Amino acid sequence: MNDMSRLEKAVDTRQTKIAAKNVQVYYGDAHAIKDVSVEIEDNTVTAFIGPSGCGKSTFLRCLNRMNDTIDICRVEGDILLDGEDIYDKRVDPVQLRAKVGMVFQKPNPFPKSIYDNVAYGPRIHGLARNKAELDEIVENSLRRGAIWDEVKDRLDAPGTSLSGGQQQRLCIARAVATEPEVLLMDEPCSALDPIATAQVEELIDDLRKRYSVVIVTHSMQQAARVSQKTAFFHLGNLVEFGETGQIFTNPKDPRTESYITGRIG
Amino acid sequence: MPTYWLVLSLLVLAAVGYVLGRNRALQTAGGDTRALHSLPNYYGLNVALTSLVPALGVLIVWMLVQPVFVDSRVSTLIPDSAVPEDATLDLVMSDVRRVADGLDEAVEQGALTPSEARQLDAEATDIRARLGEVGVALGSDVRPEVLRAAQRYRQLTSVGKTAMSIVVAVLALGGLAWSYSQTHKDFRARNVVEKGVLALLVVAASLAILTTIGIVFSMFFETINFFGLHSWKDFFFGSTWAPNFRGDSELSILPLLWGTLYISFVALLVSVPIGLFAAIYLSEYANGATRSFAKPLLEILAGIPTIVYGLFALLTVGPMLADVFAKGGLLGVEWMTGATSVVTAGVVMGIMLIPFVSSLSDDIINAVPQSMRDGSLGLGATQSETVRQVVLPAALPGIVGAILLAASRAIGETMIVVMGAGAIAKFSLNPLESMTTITTRIVSQLTGDTDFASPETLVAFALGLTLFVLTLGLNVLALYIVRKYREQYE
Amino acid sequence: MTDISHQSAPQSRHAGSLLQKDSRTVRRNRAEARFKIYGIFAIAVGMLMLAVLVYNIVTRGVGAYSQTFITLDVELLESKLDKNGNRNLEEIKKVTTFGYAPLIKNAFEKKVEELGIKTPLKPKDQAAILSKSAEAQLRDFVIANPDKIGETIEFRFLANSRVDGYMKGRVTRESIANDKSISVEQLDLVDQLHKAGVLNKTFNIDFITGADASDQRPEAAGMGVSMIGSLFMMLVVLALALPIGVAASIYLEEFAPRNWLTDIIEVNISNLAAVPSIVFGILGLAVFINYMHLPMSAPLVGGLVLTLMTLPTIIISTRASLKSVPPSIRDAALGVGASKMQAVFHHVLPLAAPGILTGTIIGLAQALGETAPLLLIGMVGFIASNAPDSIASGLLSPNSAMPAQIYEWAKRADPAFYERAWGGIIILLVFLVTMNTVAVILRRRFERRW
Repeated sequence: MNDMSRLEKAVDTRQTKIAAKNVQVYYGDAHAIKDVSVEIEDNTVTAFIGPSGCGKSTFLRCLNRMNDTIDICRVEGDILLDGEDIYDKRVDPVQLRAKVGMVFQKPNPFPKSIYDNVAYGPRIHGLARNKAELDEIVENSLRRGAIWDEVKDRLDAPGTSLSGGQQQRLCIARAVATEPEVLLMDEPCSALDPIATAQVEELIDDLRKRYSVVIVTHSMQQAARVSQKTAFFHLGNLVEFGETGQIFTNPKDPRTESYITGRIG
Repeated sequence: MPTYWLVLSLLVLAAVGYVLGRNRALQTAGGDTRALHSLPNYYGLNVALTSLVPALGVLIVWMLVQPVFVDSRVSTLIPDSAVPEDATLDLVMSDVRRVADGLDEAVEQGALTPSEARQLDAEATDIRARLGEVGVALGSDVRPEVLRAAQRYRQLTSVGKTAMSIVVAVLALGGLAWSYSQTHKDFRARNVVEKGVLALLVVAASLAILTTIGIVFSMFFETINFFGLHSWKDFFFGSTWAPNFRGDSELSILPLLWGTLYISFVALLVSVPIGLFAAIYLSEYANGATRSFAKPLLEILAGIPTIVYGLFALLTVGPMLADVFAKGGLLGVEWMTGATSVVTAGVVMGIMLIPFVSSLSDDIINAVPQSMRDGSLGLGATQSETVRQVVLPAALPGIVGAILLAASRAIGETMIVVMGAGAIAKFSLNPLESMTTITTRIVSQLTGDTDFASPETLVAFALGLTLFVLTLGLNVLALYIVRKYREQYE
Repeated sequence: MTDISHQSAPQSRHAGSLLQKDSRTVRRNRAEARFKIYGIFAIAVGMLMLAVLVYNIVTRGVGAYSQTFITLDVELLESKLDKNGNRNLEEIKKVTTFGYAPLIKNAFEKKVEELGIKTPLKPKDQAAILSKSAEAQLRDFVIANPDKIGETIEFRFLANSRVDGYMKGRVTRESIANDKSISVEQLDLVDQLHKAGVLNKTFNIDFITGADASDQRPEAAGMGVSMIGSLFMMLVVLALALPIGVAASIYLEEFAPRNWLTDIIEVNISNLAAVPSIVFGILGLAVFINYMHLPMSAPLVGGLVLTLMTLPTIIISTRASLKSVPPSIRDAALGVGASKMQAVFHHVLPLAAPGILTGTIIGLAQALGETAPLLLIGMVGFIASNAPDSIASGLLSPNSAMPAQIYEWAKRADPAFYERAWGGIIILLVFLVTMNTVAVILRRRFERRW
C-alpha cells in the first residue's frame, strides 16, 4: 500500500462526527487527560498515537463512556456526538454504545458460537425481526469483518477456537453487527502477528466507507498506513492534531518530532 | 501412669543427650567452634534425636499393637461354651477387660494387694461386690472363665508393659551411646540432623493419608461384618428401614437416601438462588464499601456452628411452620404433625449454605476476565444482559462445581438434620412430613447402648461408608470441574 | 425509530436523538433494575437471616443469665442434724438431704407467717416452689461448716424452674392448667413473696461456672464443666494439630518432589477437608475407642478426633502463608550458604508465622463448635458434676463439651432447658467471636505486602 495514495483520499471535506471540548479525566486524584479538544470527522480514520500511558486509550474510552465502569474515574468537559452531549444526564450509555462500537486490544470473543458472537449485539438491540433477518445481519457483518469465507462452514464452532487474527476480525464483525456510526479500536493489532495485522488494517480502510473509525495505536507505521487524521498524545495532553501526512512529514511541535523520530516513547 | 513417666524420662534423656553431644563436639574441636563441621547445636540435636525418636516410635507402635496381641491370646482362653447364647466373644472380652481394669483399680486404691488380685477365686469371693466397693460397677456376676481370662489379661498386659519399658529404655540409651560415640568435630552433624528432620516432616505429611486409610478401613471391616450378618441386597435394594432388636430388622438405605437427598434439595433450593444472586450483586454491582461491609457479614453465617442452626431449626423454625401448617394452625390444614420436617431442616440448612455458595460463586465470577465484560458492554449491552448472557455462561462450569460442593456439604450435614428432620424413614413427597437421613441414623445407631455384634449397630458403618463414598465422589468431581475451569482462564 | 437522522449514516438503525430513550431501552433498563433488585434482595435475605438468628439467640438465651432466688432464714436445728451434739462429721454426713427438708419447710412457713401472707397451701406445698437442689445446698453448707449447727442462717435458694419461668414470663397461669408440678395458688404465693422482696430475679453466675444438673432441676444447670471439657479438647487439638500441620505443610510446600505420591497427598488433603464431620466421629469410635480402648467420653479422644478433623484446615492455611513468602527470601538465605532446612526454619517460617497462627485460630474455632463427632464418642449425656482436679483426669475422665452440652439440653423434655441451650449458645458464640476477632486483628496487624 502506498501512503501517498491514502493521503489523497482524505482531502474532501467531511462533517464533524464527534467533537470533544476541554475534556479532563481524573482517576481518583490523578489527572489522566488534561484539557483535550479534538474533532473527529465522519468517514475518516483518526489515529491516536503516543507513548504508553499517555492517555490515548483513556480518551478513547471516554468516547463511548466505557470509563463509567471504573468507579474512581471522573470525566469533565463536553463530548458531543452529532451535536448532542454524550455525558448529558438523559443519555443512556447503553444506547450510546450501540451507536459508538468498540473493538479491544485483546481479541475477546464470548464463549459462544461464532454465530452467537455476531448475533449478540443485534439480539440485545432488537435489530432483527426474525431468524432470516438475523442470519442476514450475521452474514453481512462477517463479510464486512472480512472473515465470512473462513468461517461460513462452521458458524456453530466456538469463537474461541479461531486463531488470534480471526478472533479479532470476528470481534470487529461483532462490533459492526450492531450498526454503529462510530467504531473505536483500542490497539486492535497489538496481539496479532504481521499477516493478521495486514488483514485487519485492510479491513479498517474498508470500514471507513461506512463509519467514522478511531484507532489507538502505538505503531506509528500503522497510523501512517491506515489513518487520514492523527492525534499525538503525550502525558495526558493532546500535543498535536492534524492530517496524518502533515504530522508525519512536518510536525509542528518538537515533542511530536521527537516521538516520530524515536527519541521519546 | 507409668507410660507418662516413661515418656518424661525419654525427654529428660534427650535433653541430657543434647548437652553431652554438644560438649563432646566442642571438646574434640578444642573449644574452637570454627573447627567443627557443623554448628555445635547440631551435635547436641543429633544425640537428642537419635535417642528420642526411635524409642518414641517404638513406644507408640507397641502401644497400638499390644492390645490386639493380648486380646487374641486371651480370647483363646474362653471356650465357646462360655459364650452365652445372646452374646458374642467380643462382649465377653469387654467383660474380661472391665474385670481386669477393676482389679487394677482395686490394687491401686489398696483394696486388694497385688498378690491377692492374682489369686482371687471366683467361687470363693464375690468379686462383683469387692469391685463395687472401689467404685467399679459390673453388670453381672463374674464367671470363673472370665476371671481366669482377666487374670491372664492382667498378666500379659503387665508383662507387655515391662517388656515395652525395657525395649524403649534400651533403644533410648543405645541411641544415646551410639550417637555420642559418633560425635567428633568432623562428623557431619547438620546433614544427619536435617535428614532426620526431613523424615519427621514426611511422617507428618503422610498422616493425612493415614487418616484416610483409617477412615476407609475402620468402616470397611465393620461393613464387611455387617454384610455377614445382614443381606446386602436388603441394604441396597430394600424399601424399609425398621431396626428392632428382635433380630428381624429391615435395614435398607434407600428411604434414608431419599430423605437425605430431599432435604439437601430443599437446602440447595434456598441457598443456590440467594447465594448466587448475592455473589452476582457483590461482584458486579456493589461498590467497594458495600462489598467490604456485606461480604464479612454474610460470612458470619458460615462461621456459626451447626449446633446453633440445629437449635434454630428445632426450637424456632419448626414450631413456626407447625403454627401455620399443623392441626389448629393458621391455615386450618393438617399437613404437619410435629415441628420436624424436610422443610424445617432444609430451609435452615439452606441458610447455612448461603455464604458457602456465595463466596465460592464470587471467586468463580471474579475469575471471568474483565475483557469479556468490556466486550459485551462495548456492544451496548446492559450490565444485567452482560451478566446473564456472557458472564454466567462463561462461569457455568465453575458454578456447577460450587453447587456440587454445597450438595456434598448438605448430604454430610449432621446436627441440623438430627435436630430438625425427624426420625421416621419413609418415601414421601410431602415436604412437611418428617423424614430421616443417613447421618441421623448413624448417630442414633451408634449412641447409647451399642453392641458391636448386632446388625443394627454395624449398619451405621455401612451407612458411614456409603456417605463417605458419596461425598468423596461429589468432592472429587467438583474440585476437578473447578480446577479445569480455572485453568481455562489462566 | 423512523425519523431519518440528518446525519449521513443511512445504514444506521440507531437514528434519533441520544437524549431520548427509545422504548426498547426503557424496557431493557427496567429489566436491568429488576435484576439489580434481585441481587439486593438476596443480600438482604442473607442479612435478615443473620439478624433473625442473632435476635433469636439473644432474646431467648439471655434469660439463662438471671435466675429467681428466694431468701430464707433457716434454723439449723441441732435436734435434726446432729442428735448427739458431738459435731462428728461422719455422723452429720449420715443425715441425707431428706432430713433437711423439714428445716426448709419450717423456714418457709415462718417466712410466710412473718410477712402476713395468706395462702391456702400446706407448708409442704409452699416449700415446693423451691428448687429440688435446696436441700443439697443446705447439706453441703452444714458439712462444710458443722460449727454453725444450732444457728439461724440466711440462705439464697434457687426457685424451681416453673417459678423461674413465671418470673420470666415463660410460664403463665393459663399454660399450667395441666401441669402437676405447680398450681395457681403457688403462683399467687410467688407474686406475694416477690412483692415482699423475698423472691427476686438476679444475675446467675452459676450458669457460667456450674455443672449440668439432672432432668428435674433445669434451674441449677450450668455450662462451666463442659467449658472445661472443651478447653481440654482444644489443648489436645492445639498440641497435636499445630506441630503436625506445620510440619506437613513445610514438607509439602518446601521439600516435596513433584511426583505421584505428593499429588496423592495433596488431593487427599483437599478432600479430607470436605469429609463430613460425622465420618471422623465414626473413625474415632472405631479406632480410638474400639481398637485402642481409650476411655469413652474422654476429652482426650474428643481432642484426637477434632485434631484429625482440623488438620486439613490448618495444613491448607499454613501452605497458603508459606506460599506467600516470596522466593527471593529463600534465595537470599541460600545465597549466603544456609542449607535449605535452615532457610526454611530461620527465614520462611518466622515470616509465615502470623498467617499460620491466624489459620490455626480459625481451625480451633471450627473445632470448638463441632458437635457431630462428639456424639459418637459419647461426649453427651454425661453429667460431670465436678471440675477435673488434674490435667490427667481432665484429659481422661468423662466430660462433655460446650456444643454437646447444648445438644443435650435441647433434647430434654422440659422447656426450661431450652433457655439454657440458647444461653449456652451465647457463651459458645462469645468464644468464637473472640477467636475470630483475634485472628482478624492478627492478620491486619502482621499482614505483609511483598
